[in-house]
Amino acid sequence: MPKQVGKIVLARRELENSYELDVYLSSGGYEGLRKALSMNPEEVTAQVVESNILGRGGAGFEAGRKWSMLKSATRRYLVVNGDESEPATFKDHFLIENDPNQLVEGTIIAAYAIGASRAFIFLRGEFALGLERVQEAINGAYKIGALGRNIFGSTFSLDVVLHPGAGAYICGEETALLESLEGKRGFPRIKPPYFPAVIGLYGEPTIVNNVETVSNLPWIVANGGGAFKSLGEGRSTGTRIFALSGQVKNPGLYELEMVKTSFRDLIFSEELGGGLREGRTLKAVIPGGVSAPWITPEQIDLPLGQDEVAKAGSMLGSGSIIAMDDSTCMVRAAWRISRFFMRESCGQCTPCREGSSWIEKVMARIEAGSGREEDLDLLMDLCDNIVPGVSWPPAQTTICVLGPSIPSSVAVGIRMFRDEFLTHIKEGGCPFD
Amino acid sequence: MSRFEQQVLAEALEIVKLYPERKSATIPLCHLAQSMDGYLAKDAIEHIAELTGTTSAEVYGTASFYDMIQLRPVGKYVVGVCTNIACMLQGGYELLEEAESTFGAAVGETSSDGLFTVEEVECLATCDRAPCLHVNYRYFGPLNAEGVAKLKEDLVSGHLSNEVPIHGVLSRVKRYAPELIPMDEIDDLRVRDDASKAERAAAQRSGNA
Repeated sequence: MPKQVGKIVLARRELENSYELDVYLSSGGYEGLRKALSMNPEEVTAQVVESNILGRGGAGFEAGRKWSMLKSATRRYLVVNGDESEPATFKDHFLIENDPNQLVEGTIIAAYAIGASRAFIFLRGEFALGLERVQEAINGAYKIGALGRNIFGSTFSLDVVLHPGAGAYICGEETALLESLEGKRGFPRIKPPYFPAVIGLYGEPTIVNNVETVSNLPWIVANGGGAFKSLGEGRSTGTRIFALSGQVKNPGLYELEMVKTSFRDLIFSEELGGGLREGRTLKAVIPGGVSAPWITPEQIDLPLGQDEVAKAGSMLGSGSIIAMDDSTCMVRAAWRISRFFMRESCGQCTPCREGSSWIEKVMARIEAGSGREEDLDLLMDLCDNIVPGVSWPPAQTTICVLGPSIPSSVAVGIRMFRDEFLTHIKEGGCPFD
Repeated sequence: MSRFEQQVLAEALEIVKLYPERKSATIPLCHLAQSMDGYLAKDAIEHIAELTGTTSAEVYGTASFYDMIQLRPVGKYVVGVCTNIACMLQGGYELLEEAESTFGAAVGETSSDGLFTVEEVECLATCDRAPCLHVNYRYFGPLNAEGVAKLKEDLVSGHLSNEVPIHGVLSRVKRYAPELIPMDEIDDLRVRDDASKAERAAAQRSGNA
């Protein structure tokens, strides 16, 4: 039986009022920052490089490597990405509301390591309570001398500014997030440059890190990168929060050592997901947010590791796992996901803007019972126009990766459940209605 | 309606100061405007343009991109029901129908008493409580028909006035901190540190040689 590890980033989840500064301070809070300030910034970066923590936003890029790509410049920024909007991902929302001080401490550590002139925490605008709690945590940090001039008596000074978003999935894409922070529409920027570390906020080198990544930093610095790396396996080090949802008995957040647990354990183990509802069987699993291709029940012995899931033709993405049982209409599931991408496409690139909307319309008519058999080829052709060859990892025809995420559910849904699509068409309606 | 009134204007000016470029304050000021009117009124757009050194067209251009910024009047409570995949699997669409009939407004519309505007929204990152909805961005779930009826009752009777504040997600977000440090000051300090570090390293190298 896998043991549920909740000892790093979710360590305070059982504490009452875990969001309060007093509770934070009496449970090891700000020890990481104090230790960081006793080291020089390069040594802090070296610890994070050694930990090999992979970015927890979705792309899974090594956080330490990202930092070391920062172009040398006098003015530079840190931006924390708290725009969590990938469907079925709800870990950052929890960390923001329940351990905001940890997030703020991690932000200050990252800013120290990269030598930031100012740090911004960009939170999804919908997180109303989160905005209040993070601002409180920032206010508290000033009060105890962890922010402002000469932090904890050192020569390091910093301001952290909280910034609310206003509702747009695309702003999770780091260049769109920077555009939004500059007061514009959330349009992803044309690449190259590929990384804000070269040209970022206001044209200056900028590091963008995810909330969960940053929330791990106090522990990594306090305990050493080696201690983090000793957990997990291979490139997937440490623990990670897995957000389990869908038709399981115990949906929720599970902080687990990477690779050591399988999808099967997470979904079925009594102390984790608790299995499906009575009498139901598993039909498919979405392994890493709706941008990830589905996996079959035969594949659920795969370990929860980044490279392991990539090798199987999907991705661990944002670490959110959706279990779908045999009462689920897969046409309806794929349609709803396509509708999401249609609504959230920013509209800059033709393949994504037009493709997402065409696909949604065709999917809707199949689900409604007015589909035609040739619609399946049409859908595959539309997917092919967004991702040539409908390959994985996807070939890209668009500025950002929203477009290439569209076929993940539609094309894979057709491949896995072709008969179910055909039944909708032949019977002129949804067999699950 | 309305330009920023005196007290809100003071808050707006504080927000503008947080950014190296004033235009960055556009979205926070839109939220602030919604705390007055529930939506982004035309006069507020003009006032935001003045405060951020941009034009009404630019403010409108930015604001119209984002789901949370309302461009027409809304009810006292905006109810957003999630129908995305995790909620759909647990009855999100049934919850949406229930919300429409209970609150007396179809998606995108406001009830005749002006209390409720119902919206269908994308994932609210509250999937362990599916199916869920928000009321002025406070989350409720999992909800069934009785839950929705009770929620309406509590909203109407004022039982939830503390849990569900007025529009504008910044209405309870208050920054208490000293004036921002000029970034030049921080940059100069770091450049000096870097230089002295380089000197020390050079001295060490020549000492080793």
